[in-house]
Amino acid sequence: MTARVQVPKQAKRGEVIEIRIAIQHPMETGFRLDDGGRAITKNVVNKFTCRYNGIEIFRAEMGSGIAANPLLDFFTVADVSGELVFDWIDDEGQTGSERVALTVTG
Amino acid sequence: MTAGLLRHGALALLFALTGASHAQRAAVQPQPLKSGLEFTGAEVRELQHDDFANPGMLWAARGETLWQEAAGREAKSCASCHGDAKTSMQGVATRYPRIDAGSARLINLEGRIRQCRELRQQAELFKYESAELLGLTAYVAQQSRGMPMKTVIDWQNRHNFEAGRAMYYRRMGQMNLSCAQCHQENWGKKLGPETISQGHSVAYPIYRLEWQAMGSLHRRFRSCQSGVRAELLPQGSPEFLDLELYLAWRAGNLPIETPGVRR
Repeated sequence: MTARVQVPKQAKRGEVIEIRIAIQHPMETGFRLDDGGRAITKNVVNKFTCRYNGIEIFRAEMGSGIAANPLLDFFTVADVSGELVFDWIDDEGQTGSERVALTVTG
Repeated sequence: MTAGLLRHGALALLFALTGASHAQRAAVQPQPLKSGLEFTGAEVRELQHDDFANPGMLWAARGETLWQEAAGREAKSCASCHGDAKTSMQGVATRYPRIDAGSARLINLEGRIRQCRELRQQAELFKYESAELLGLTAYVAQQSRGMPMKTVIDWQNRHNFEAGRAMYYRRMGQMNLSCAQCHQENWGKKLGPETISQGHSVAYPIYRLEWQAMGSLHRRFRSCQSGVRAELLPQGSPEFLDLELYLAWRAGNLPIETPGVRR
């Protein structure tokens, strides 16, 4: 699963930073039929978490209503230098992960 | 005498009709040239212009990875021969489709990438519409983003151009519609809730919200064919390549937008 993450490389302590992640995923709703009229099994990224130095700062539980290739956009306060870890899993059990380093100054 | 006159009249009428239809069928570029973006809503425009939110970038990012990956019996990557795509592929997409020197046939960007896979890397061919082929095509075309199309029609490709032009004006399917009837003669008007665009090819491969995925120009052709209830031609077919050349010329100097976003 391809994913793209956007986090500022550097931030001042106490600064509110924007975190964006785009995940390539079909987000199959389970409501569609294939060319033969058979139901296509639901397969969506159902759980997504973001941890900042091990502490969970954001979690999303997604379902059929989310479009393909979801883009998540959230904020956090830059506290200390460290690592942001993103993890997600879909209905088929496929997992994805990304990690990004953040330097906090001041 | 009367019969002769009538025949003359009928002939004159016939000439007038064929003359008129001939004039209609001339290769023309819409004036003024407008990108498909101008026919979409503000949200779609915003999505395309945000390099992070643009979902097509996910495919292009995949292409960027593939560019570096060694493959096939030769264990060569695209980069082994072409180096950094950001410089070597700049402007390349503005000249496609073009005549392939080896086969003397028209070839588009997808075809060129497949040819490289087959002959240079000796690797397994990417299927049309696969994430890999779309990704690499998008990544290569992206290096020409903002550069105007530069299609030259000369003795080598004129035959293909004429075939493409003829196809553009040929009615097809149960609806009996040609490309031109919507995109040349009625662009800017409404078709249901949609505004008919000029049908340019400069943003492909595009991310279509309707597809919830990236798709090639030939997929779009097939969608249109399905819409007018015509028989669908296969991806990469010579007819589609000819049409692609005609569209590339018809886009004049519009800049490349890949990866584009459309409804």
